[in-house]
Amino acid sequence: MTDHQEVQSAIIETLQPFRKAGMTLSGDTQLVNDLGLDSVKVMELLLQVEDRFDISIPLNILPDVHTVDDLARAIHKLMEAS
Amino acid sequence: MSIFDKFQHIRETRERLAALGLTPFGAETTEIYSATEGLIEGRRTILAGTNNYLGMTFQPRCIQAAREALAEQGTGTTGSRMASGTYGGHAALEREFAAFYGEPACIVFTTGYQANLGILSTLAGRGDVLLIDADSHASIYDGARMSEAEVIRFRHNDPMDLDKRLRRLGERAKNALIVVEGIYSMLGDTAPLAEIVQVKNRHGAYLLVDEAHSLGILGERGRGLVEQAGVQDQVDFIVGTFSKSLGSIGGFCVSRHPELELVRFASRAYVFTASGTPAIIAGAREALRILAGGQELRAQLRDNGRRLHGGLRELGFRLGCAEPGPVVAVVMDSPEQAIEHWGRLLAAGVYVNLVLPPGAPDGHSLLRVSLSAAHTMAQVEAILGAFASLRVSEPAPAD
Repeated sequence: MTDHQEVQSAIIETLQPFRKAGMTLSGDTQLVNDLGLDSVKVMELLLQVEDRFDISIPLNILPDVHTVDDLARAIHKLMEAS
Repeated sequence: MSIFDKFQHIRETRERLAALGLTPFGAETTEIYSATEGLIEGRRTILAGTNNYLGMTFQPRCIQAAREALAEQGTGTTGSRMASGTYGGHAALEREFAAFYGEPACIVFTTGYQANLGILSTLAGRGDVLLIDADSHASIYDGARMSEAEVIRFRHNDPMDLDKRLRRLGERAKNALIVVEGIYSMLGDTAPLAEIVQVKNRHGAYLLVDEAHSLGILGERGRGLVEQAGVQDQVDFIVGTFSKSLGSIGGFCVSRHPELELVRFASRAYVFTASGTPAIIAGAREALRILAGGQELRAQLRDNGRRLHGGLRELGFRLGCAEPGPVVAVVMDSPEQAIEHWGRLLAAGVYVNLVLPPGAPDGHSLLRVSLSAAHTMAQVEAILGAFASLRVSEPAPAD
C-alpha cells in the first residue's frame, strides 16, 4: 500500500523539471503561485502522476488543489477508493 | 481592491494590443458584402476566419426562407421551447434532423454552446463519469463542469489512453460517457473515431461526437465524421451547431436512443431560455436541405483546403495538422510574432483568427484560417499571397 509520504515524494520528483533555481520543493510548495505552472504544465504534471500511480484524477477535485500536499492527499484518497 | 482586480491580465493584454493599434479580439466588420468579404478598418477584406464553411449565410434560398418566416411569424418567439416557444418550424427542424441522420430522436437548442451545455450537464449525473478529450471545446468543458458527474480528461486523440482510463473505472465504465469532436476547431485535426468506437465497445461505455466543425463537410451526405468513419450506428449521441456550415445560429443533438426525448424536459439550457427566432429556424431548415445535397460544396471546400494547406507548407510555415481540411492552423513561434503577423495580414486585406495561449492546445500561438466553399480559388491565392508577404522580412525557414 502506497502511503502519503511515497505519493508526495513521487510528485516532488515529477516536479523537478519545473523547479526554479535555488528553490526547495516541499509539501507546502504551491503549484501555481510558487512554481508558476500554467494550465498546460499542470496538465502535463497530472498526466505523469496519473501514469505513475495508474489512476485518473478527476477535474472536479482540481479547484481544491493548491499545494504539493493537497495533490498528494487527493491522489492517496483516489488510490484508497480504487 | 476592486471586484475587477481579477481581470487585470486582460486589461494589460488589451493595452499592449492597443499600443500596437490592433483589435484582434472583436474586430468590427463594419460592412458585410458576402460570405467571404467584408469591410474591416476601412479596408475591403477577405474573411478567412468565420467558420462559414459552406458559405450558407448569403445563400439566396436561405435568405428567402428567413425573410418569409420573419414577415409571417414575427421577430421572435419570446418563449421557451417548454412553454410558448415551440413553433411548427422548431418541431419540423427536429424531425428533419432526425431524418437526415436516420435516427429516432432530436432536440434543437437555441445555440450550439447550449446544445453541449444542455446535453452534457443533464445526461451525466451524480455517480456517472464523463471522459472528455483534452482538446475539447469550452462548451464541452463547461457542460461537464455543470454536470454532477466525475470528469476525467484523456490525452488528445489517444485511444490507448482512453482505454487505460476506462479500465481504471472498472464496472463504472458501463455508465461512462466519452466525448470527442469530429474536427477539432483550433488545429483542424480529426478524431481517430473508428479506434475510439472499438475502445468504447470493449468497455460498454457511451459515446458522444460533437460534429460542430464537420457537419456538412465530412461524409458523402455531410453527416460528419460519424459517416466518414462508417460508425454512426455505434455512436450514441451526435451534437452539432447551425452557426457554421448552416450559416445560422442554434444547436442540436440526435440520438439512436429514443430516450433522448426524456432529456429534453430535464435540460436547463433547453428549458430556461427562449427558442430560436422563426427567421433563424427557417434559414437553418433550408440550409440543411442544401447541405444534404451539397456534394459540390464539399468538393469545392476540399479543393480550397488542399490548395491552402499545400501552399502554406511550400512557403515553409509550420502547420497544426498534417492533413488538409477546412481549418488550417499556422503555428507561430511566440504570441508576439502571432500578434504582429495577424496585424500584417489584416493590413494586407486578409482576416484570420488570432489564437493566443491558453486558447490553443499545448500553449501554441496560432493564426487560424477557416476556409469556405464560397472562397474562389483567386481568394485562396490572395490569402496565400498575404502569408507569403510575412516571409519577406524573415530569414528562410530551417527545415
